[in-house]
Amino acid sequence: MADADALLEPLIPALRRYAYALLRDHDAADDLVQDTLERALSRWRLRRPDGDLRAWLFTIQRNLFVNAWRQRQRQGPHAALDDVAMPGTAASQEAGLEVQDVLAALDQLPEEQKSLLLLIGVEDFSYDDAARILGVPMGTVMSRLSRGRQKLRSILETGRATLLRRVK
Amino acid sequence: MIGEDDLQAFIDDRLDASRRAAVEAHLDAHPEIRERVTAERRQRAMLRGQLAAKFAEPIPARLRIANIRAARRGIWGSGNWTGQVRLAAAALVIFVVGAAGGWFANGLAPASSPVAPTTSVAQGATAAYRTFVVEVAHPVEVSAAQEAHLLQWLSKRLGRPLAAPDLSHFGYRLMGGRLLPAGDAAAAQLMYDDASGRRLTVYVRAASGTETAFRFQQEGDAATFAWIDRGFGFAVTGMASRDELLPIAEAVYHGLAGKS
Repeated sequence: MADADALLEPLIPALRRYAYALLRDHDAADDLVQDTLERALSRWRLRRPDGDLRAWLFTIQRNLFVNAWRQRQRQGPHAALDDVAMPGTAASQEAGLEVQDVLAALDQLPEEQKSLLLLIGVEDFSYDDAARILGVPMGTVMSRLSRGRQKLRSILETGRATLLRRVK
Repeated sequence: MIGEDDLQAFIDDRLDASRRAAVEAHLDAHPEIRERVTAERRQRAMLRGQLAAKFAEPIPARLRIANIRAARRGIWGSGNWTGQVRLAAAALVIFVVGAAGGWFANGLAPASSPVAPTTSVAQGATAAYRTFVVEVAHPVEVSAAQEAHLLQWLSKRLGRPLAAPDLSHFGYRLMGGRLLPAGDAAAAQLMYDDASGRRLTVYVRAASGTETAFRFQQEGDAATFAWIDRGFGFAVTGMASRDELLPIAEAVYHGLAGKS
């Protein structure tokens, strides 16, 4: 059981990054990671010893998030954590503005696409591993990835067009 | 031929040299596609860049494994619970092996009654599953830490001795349970989850009927096996395929007898 410490701790920064990208709230993200680690410790003996530990942890965290997220949807819109408005963007520099936009734009995607873009594009999971984490076939991963990126791009392009009009 | 999957793998920089050259040539011939791919690559890089600072942060104290483990020891006490479960699992295996022949004879009998009570049991179970499986803060009323109390309470309200079937063989562990309304009677729901957080419920309530065959019902992504046994209806519901769920339903059928 002591080996859990040495195996788990190096993976925490990536779990925090994924949690933060999903929730965009530092405290809520660490709550999610803590739940993930508690669950991993309580199931330590149930995990497949030959399996990929990182993929297992991300599967746990994603399932925890989806359960909470579905619940939030059922209860109707809350004063959500991610409703925080972007502060005075008009004054920001072009580059800074665009960076701000990516995480905000990502939030407008359905959870399946958002998670996929993060798992592949940020966490560097293989397409196979991402399919396993999300519990969907490989073909779905490829088409969802393509659709997700197209949608993200169109959100960013529309957002920028709106802003330029406003600035003018 | 260059496909959409090649373009995605190009964006992710996961092509070997020859394939990448083929995609480059394709993009040279189709500037509008190059424009799109370039934009998506840039956005991917920006997303990584924006999250880099989060990744670089030191791990907060409350997320250190040693601290999480110390907090857990407080909850679980001496750790006898796991030992008991293991013992129960061993007993259950012996019991299932002995009874499997009899169960299959029942399970394979054709379901003949026109409006099977199993259907309404399955529906009640699915509705309860949908309500509580998404619950994060309070998925169960009484947790598995107080298993004896939970089963005593539910048994009393159901008017039937209830045991929590051991599903650790399938990777599912008891989370706890709750009492639910079911017409003019009560229903009990036991909830389990596996290592990846997938949840499964066992639902029990009084039901008339003599049909003992399993009834399978799939509603959206929730699959249910339901059956009637000596005045009670039982259902096992989970996000699993028919083949995955059947052996679990079998184990529950035997485990609920209260002998395991």
